[in-house]
Amino acid sequence: MSFDDIKQLLIDKFGEAVIVGEERTGMQPALLIDAERIADVCLELRNNPKTYFDFLSCLSGVDYGVEADRFGVVYHLSSIPYNLQLVLKVSKEAGRDLEELPSFPSITSVYRAADWHEREAFDMLGIYFEGHPDLRRLLMPDDWEGYPLRKDYANAEYYKGIKID
Amino acid sequence: MELQTSKYNLALERYQKKIADASVEDMVLNMGPQHPSTHGVLRLELITDGEIVKEVIPHIGYLHRCFEKHAEALTYQQTIPFTDRMDYLASMNNSHAWVMGIERMLGIDKDIPKRIEYIRVLVCELNRIASHLIAIGTYGIDIGAFTPFLWCFRDREHIMGMLEWASGSRMLYNYIWVGGLFYDLPVGFEERCREFVDYFKPKMVELNRLLTDNQIFISRTANVGVLPLDVAINYGCSGPVLRGSGLKYDLRRIDNYSAYPELEFDIPIGTGQMGTTGDCWDRYKVRVDEVDQSVRIIEQCLDRLQKELKRTPDFDPRAKLPRKLTPKAQDYYIRCEGTKGELGFYFIHDSDRKEIPFRVKSRGPSFCNLSVLEELGKGVLIADLIATIGSLDFVLGEVDR
Repeated sequence: MSFDDIKQLLIDKFGEAVIVGEERTGMQPALLIDAERIADVCLELRNNPKTYFDFLSCLSGVDYGVEADRFGVVYHLSSIPYNLQLVLKVSKEAGRDLEELPSFPSITSVYRAADWHEREAFDMLGIYFEGHPDLRRLLMPDDWEGYPLRKDYANAEYYKGIKID
Repeated sequence: MELQTSKYNLALERYQKKIADASVEDMVLNMGPQHPSTHGVLRLELITDGEIVKEVIPHIGYLHRCFEKHAEALTYQQTIPFTDRMDYLASMNNSHAWVMGIERMLGIDKDIPKRIEYIRVLVCELNRIASHLIAIGTYGIDIGAFTPFLWCFRDREHIMGMLEWASGSRMLYNYIWVGGLFYDLPVGFEERCREFVDYFKPKMVELNRLLTDNQIFISRTANVGVLPLDVAINYGCSGPVLRGSGLKYDLRRIDNYSAYPELEFDIPIGTGQMGTTGDCWDRYKVRVDEVDQSVRIIEQCLDRLQKELKRTPDFDPRAKLPRKLTPKAQDYYIRCEGTKGELGFYFIHDSDRKEIPFRVKSRGPSFCNLSVLEELGKGVLIADLIATIGSLDFVLGEVDR
């Protein structure tokens, strides 16, 4: 299965609208997926006997910068039986308000590996995953304020009244 | 401090309520962060009913140093010492992965001289042995066998000494650089390494007699913590944990990077020899067998480094070092086989002129391997949980980054 075959397979299954675009600039081409359909797409890619993308290598939350005001998630899937790799990307425009986080569907129902990765993305970048069973902070303390990996994050000066040096 | 209620706090409130309820009916037991069998600063919150663990809730982050934030502020070359501190038991493998990713982004990965590739593989495999020796030794301690730990540390000390000789540091080497190496191997390193291999081989036989075939050890680990293959894959487990469940999956063979395609070695897998496939003993055995395979690789590397790739007076390991590390704007995900499993770095480089990545995500193998503990820890005895933790062999420096 080449990259184009996989793309065609997804179009046949879900229609044209599911693929928003593609990136072929680098060595690893990526499919840009409609953010609301990502869980369905992952489930199809995992279960389809032609692809069997059964292994979630990596899930990264991305803050595309203060000017872009865009948040995204990048999924690196790999297929152990066919030795394939695939990059999926979703992104949406979102403000930087801490009360109104960008939100994407969770893929924990497809890959349990996504559980901690999504918690990490929530913790570090403030990306909310709809349908995640236990979306707590993972690396930072539960009552930490702000999301450290955001590009506009200002270092906290105090934690619980203790000065941070 | 009072937390404002929003949908972002719902999960936290659910968790707090669960712990509050559990402390009425059952017992909530905190294991760690300073518990010796958690292999670092890991806190496990156990909801127990007598000796039975009903649920395990891991709490990580005690060693979080925000590697990814550092990487966004430093050039690629400057970040190499930070990668050493991720999995501090196998620093060479970390920097190898990092460096390979950048070389591929720069497009110079085919120009690296063969001697450099072989030296990289040699030091990585030495480091892999050192890391597995710690896994084996500390696992013995978890189960209650003290002697193997001392034996493993005695042998590991030779490796530490050799790598210190090559790089100047015992654990955090900063030896593999983009496009080359810090220094060539010191004169006499190959001979010393061969001496070590000859010394080490019988020691492994001895260790197997003492621990691997020990009936007490087998009784404690066989049929304990069984991880079925489908669960392992779904949780993103890799490395010895995945291979222990019976899948021949090693990125050194699948991706064929560096000098590995020219080297002969087998991929040991768990077969359920003492119990069920995917139990603690299988995972342990895979590591023991991998040490033997690493010794094989080291011998082949030494053969070539002493013959056709011999040291020459004009050989300069820094000759191919790029002056500026400015890859083209692109995304790249590099994965390679660290000692604990699939070690990945995802780079987003957004400008042709910048030397600093826009975003780096590191995928630590221990991170995914540890997440399966929630699944394995349901309904087991506390003592068996200890055995399971040890067999997963994670390093908290890599879990927390």
